[in-house]
Amino acid sequence: MNKKELLLTANEVRKGIIVGTFHAKSGHPGGSLSATECIVYLYNNVMNIDPEDPEKPDRDRFVLSKGHAAPALYAALAARGFFPKEELRTLRHMGSRLQGHPCFMTPGVDMSTGSLGQGYSAAVGMALSAKISGESYRTYALLGDGELEEGQVWEASMFAGNRKLDNLCVIVDNNNLQIDGTLEEVNSPNPIDKKFEAFGFHVVRVADGNDFDQLAAAFDEAASVKGRPTCIVMKTVKGKGISFMENNAGWHGKATNAEEFKAAMDELTKAEEELCRM
Amino acid sequence: MPDVKKIATRVSYGQELCELGAEYENICVMDADLAASTQTALFGKKFPERFFDAGIQEGNMMGIAAGLATTGKVVFASSFAMFATGRAYEVIRNSIAYPKLNVKICASHAGVSVGEDGASHQCIEDIALMRVIPNMSVIQPADDVETRAAVRAAYAIDGPVYLRLARLASPVFNSAEDYKFEFGKGITLRDGSDVTIVATGLPVTAAMDACDLLEKDGIHARLINIHTIKPIDEEILVRAARETGKIVTVEEHSVIGGFGSAVCEAITEKCPVPVRRIGIPDCFGMSGPALELYKYYGLDAQGIYKRTKEFVCEK
Repeated sequence: MNKKELLLTANEVRKGIIVGTFHAKSGHPGGSLSATECIVYLYNNVMNIDPEDPEKPDRDRFVLSKGHAAPALYAALAARGFFPKEELRTLRHMGSRLQGHPCFMTPGVDMSTGSLGQGYSAAVGMALSAKISGESYRTYALLGDGELEEGQVWEASMFAGNRKLDNLCVIVDNNNLQIDGTLEEVNSPNPIDKKFEAFGFHVVRVADGNDFDQLAAAFDEAASVKGRPTCIVMKTVKGKGISFMENNAGWHGKATNAEEFKAAMDELTKAEEELCRM
Repeated sequence: MPDVKKIATRVSYGQELCELGAEYENICVMDADLAASTQTALFGKKFPERFFDAGIQEGNMMGIAAGLATTGKVVFASSFAMFATGRAYEVIRNSIAYPKLNVKICASHAGVSVGEDGASHQCIEDIALMRVIPNMSVIQPADDVETRAAVRAAYAIDGPVYLRLARLASPVFNSAEDYKFEFGKGITLRDGSDVTIVATGLPVTAAMDACDLLEKDGIHARLINIHTIKPIDEEILVRAARETGKIVTVEEHSVIGGFGSAVCEAITEKCPVPVRRIGIPDCFGMSGPALELYKYYGLDAQGIYKRTKEFVCEK
């Protein structure tokens, strides 16, 4: 995808996040919106995947370890053609394939996640499997920055670093907010970059993880690293793209009401119109 | 008593795993720094490229095992029962059982027969913890022959399995030539009409001796060995309840939530009869030689005999 297509897709994914959580009357828009560009870029410009054959053995793997950002993953999968976009309205509904957190019911989902720290370990297992079977697929795991407070994250990092899993790329969505407040107010995992370096990772720092050019450079760099896993620490804005949600921890796990829904959708429609004029 | 061959079920597991590894290339084995004790070190030596020691991080080990399983590998993950099911519980639930992945959790040192290490290492809650998880099968073999068959059955089952193994060397009472393992089916070791003793794991042999003692007193006890605790053989249990009227359960586990509870659940809807549960009462274990601990908790032949006799004689 070119930059304009990426920007339009990200905008479409944001609409999917707002629509899904609005109809579900629940869900996690804040961390979905901060991770949108990363997920869109991976599914459209990085990963070897086939929406017609979601389980093809040589596909690249993506594990959404911060499983609560499921609305972003679902919207990105729908935009990529894994299932109809209309289904996004069924998010969290009884009988829907789009469960509150990712699971194997959804075409394109590579691992059930939701309990923080666990998806990362599974991603390490996938990367390990490729190594021992001589397969060339790569594995990407997206983690929240608050998620780094889980001990299991560092167990997995120790293993991945020691095993030199250079087919593994960990991305930290560093929006600096968690449910109870900022990282510093709760139990800061900072400095994140230095910690991953200490565990044997090549670390790529991205100043703006909501910027496609910076993401492109980061993923190119990650693909070229040999002999150790890569960690991309990307600074993002929680609630990015919806002005009243940006940098507000209150939007971690709350859906819009009718009025807020209209305001959010209007803002995204306006952004889309501007992009189309580009 | 004639010389009976004794072998710990963990040893049988380690050996059979090597055989199985030679037959199936998609088998991987993981451990958490207890490979010498759980006996997975044998596999590690034979197939180093398919053996991964996670070190002392049981939760991460289970998560990595889940990831390996998503790619078509069948993973046998081992540690002590305490850490495998206790420390890593939620990873097993959410990363292995919920997505129904082919991870076989083979945990050794279950129960009080761990012995001298004491309560911190004597897991008496694992059957309860594992059987409550949807998609999880639970198997506890009683001797060497049954363990080897159970390891093969675990490989063949599509989905997660909890295999409960012991540290203590125990008598081999099944014959390798005649033994047939049927997943989900109990085995009647002895027929009887006055009472049924249903046992699982190592105490099965003590229950056999207890039946001999009861026989001398004119009490004809039926004895059933249950290796598959989940799904449990409801049919054989309901028939036993109907035909003998009283059931004694024997397990090296807490009497709360474990095997005895599973037996009660199986019979209460179709044929409720009085049940006496022999196991660890609602308390932690303690240090001591394994066989003395068995005696203390009434899991030896004398203990099972006494409790069963009292129960049969009750009006």
